[in-house]
Amino acid sequence: MQEFIQLLVSGLANGGIFASLALALVLIYNAMGLVNFAQGEMAMFATFIAFTLIGRGFNYWIAFPLTLVIAFAGGVLIERVVIRPVERAPVLTLVIVTLGLATLVNGTAGFLFGYEPRVFPSPFSVRTVNIIGAFVSYRDLGVIATSAVVLVLIYVLLQRTTLGLTMRAAAHHPEASRLLGVRVSWMLALGWGLASAVGALSGIMVAPVLVLEPNLMQTIIIYAFAAAVLGGIESPLGAVVGGLIVGVTVNLAGAYIPFVGGDLQLAVALAIIVGVLVIKPNGLFGRASVRNV
Amino acid sequence: MRRLRSLPPRYWLVLVVVLFFVGLPTVVPSFQSSEWAQVLIFAIVIMGLNILVGFSGQISLGHGALMALGAYTSAILIHRYHMDYLVTIPIAGLLTGAVGFLLGIPALRLSALYLALATFALAVVTPSLIKRPADLTGGVRGILIAAPDPPQFAKDAFGAVTGGSAMTSDQWLYYVSLMIAILLFWFAWNLVRNRPGRAMRAIRDREVAAAASGINIAGYKTLAFGISAFYAGIAGALYGLTSGFVSPDSFPLALSFQLLVGTVIGGLASIAGPLIGGTFTFWLPIVSSQFVGSQPWIPTQIASTFKDAGPAVTYGALLILIMIFAPNGIAGLLASGYAYLRRRLLGAADRKSGHMPPDPQTV
Repeated sequence: MQEFIQLLVSGLANGGIFASLALALVLIYNAMGLVNFAQGEMAMFATFIAFTLIGRGFNYWIAFPLTLVIAFAGGVLIERVVIRPVERAPVLTLVIVTLGLATLVNGTAGFLFGYEPRVFPSPFSVRTVNIIGAFVSYRDLGVIATSAVVLVLIYVLLQRTTLGLTMRAAAHHPEASRLLGVRVSWMLALGWGLASAVGALSGIMVAPVLVLEPNLMQTIIIYAFAAAVLGGIESPLGAVVGGLIVGVTVNLAGAYIPFVGGDLQLAVALAIIVGVLVIKPNGLFGRASVRNV
Repeated sequence: MRRLRSLPPRYWLVLVVVLFFVGLPTVVPSFQSSEWAQVLIFAIVIMGLNILVGFSGQISLGHGALMALGAYTSAILIHRYHMDYLVTIPIAGLLTGAVGFLLGIPALRLSALYLALATFALAVVTPSLIKRPADLTGGVRGILIAAPDPPQFAKDAFGAVTGGSAMTSDQWLYYVSLMIAILLFWFAWNLVRNRPGRAMRAIRDREVAAAASGINIAGYKTLAFGISAFYAGIAGALYGLTSGFVSPDSFPLALSFQLLVGTVIGGLASIAGPLIGGTFTFWLPIVSSQFVGSQPWIPTQIASTFKDAGPAVTYGALLILIMIFAPNGIAGLLASGYAYLRRRLLGAADRKSGHMPPDPQTV
């Protein structure tokens, strides 16, 4: 039981990380109907920026928000330069462009920062605290709390502010929004910036658990895909719930199913993706789409 | 003779290309034939991927995984059951094709985006899936495949052409790959110019209209998956044979990705595209890192980092630029360039001046 609770909490902490990255995917999906395969790599790059800032002597709590701002600017820049020329292209083109972007960012990070693994600091200690008989690390609790704060902020931004309303309007009815004076194209760029910042958060939180290197997010992005698909790829709430479910499931499967063990946890994510897509393509929170023929 | 002369120019082009590839091993050193064999192998997978992506409009980022299946099928059959390596190639192709056909069934329910996502996950998981049944696949260490000896007739023929030099197994495997590549390209050419190819293109361009015209959507989509997997399986078996071993790390995510890049760079829905794409996919990382290493004005420290990161940067940038500026790839660029030249030189109807070309039948 004690082990179960420990696995549950660390699963939730992982889930919070997956949820942030999944939320980033959902933000871009909602803005332009595209799964951004470069999301993980962009997050990795932002984490390297945070690492560099901290290495230059910045306090962690200054470097952290500064990185999010830089990531936001980077996201807007990428949308303007790379995505805008192919904004109206078929899905295949867009997918290939984001894949190209993923490779480009990965290579650039390798070029600028090198491939040797680095230890990324965490503001939370790895000491444990006793909660109802289970030992839970402060780091896990810190990650859960940080994810929760950010997710609430995103929710408030999207649902309770005029800017959020405009962004949602631009995504759902671009023509009508344009007629009402919304600069739809800039809203897309804003969506990319926001997604980039939220994704960066997941990178900064996962780097202390793993080690920082250019392939940091290659497995995390698969869990985030699973989370986004499970939640129904267009629902921010779904991404969060999906992330937590994936985090806990993967952790429990690794511990209790002997066949899965430590090295096939990724296969659990694959099974979730394929299972959800085949059985219930709209996920837990997605709406069934109606196609006009 | 008159029939020969009236052949369209592309037949001559095909002949020149085939002659180039047939003659190549007689003039380059043996290890280079091994490299060019890999080019041909990439061209085979990319041809298959092109049938799937370019003609039927479905996307797969998991062809590296299918190649792995073909390679391991062939390696296990050779290593454990001591089968003849030539027999294992079609078996690998058929098995992978069958698996691809089965994969195509859930793929029917998925939009292009979801399909990309699911196959991407498959490609990421593949290396750890291979490691698991360690007594079958050899785990992390993989399986070594002994280099096959060329048969006597090939040795004799090669010796006669090159003036007595002995044929190495690399050169023999090159010719095996070449034969298979020619066969599979010929098959693909016929496929896409006939009913199945037209049906696939109709589905790609407008699924609803295609269904309304009586095309069996599900049938052709899964067929495309099966054929494309068959190509990947054959190529995988050849890949294992030419590299002499298979291991989980031979089939990373990067491989699946390279294959898609090759498809796009060569040109989607084109027959020449995969050959161009295969050449690029194989040589680009090698040439780009060698080029930077050999430039004296680039500091060695930068050059050495570029050796690791360079291919990824070049690939990524090239992919984005091609998608933005030349969505039809190199084959598309060449085709439109040729059409432009032909129009200029032969003076076809010029829109600006309004001149009509002389009608060949009245002159």
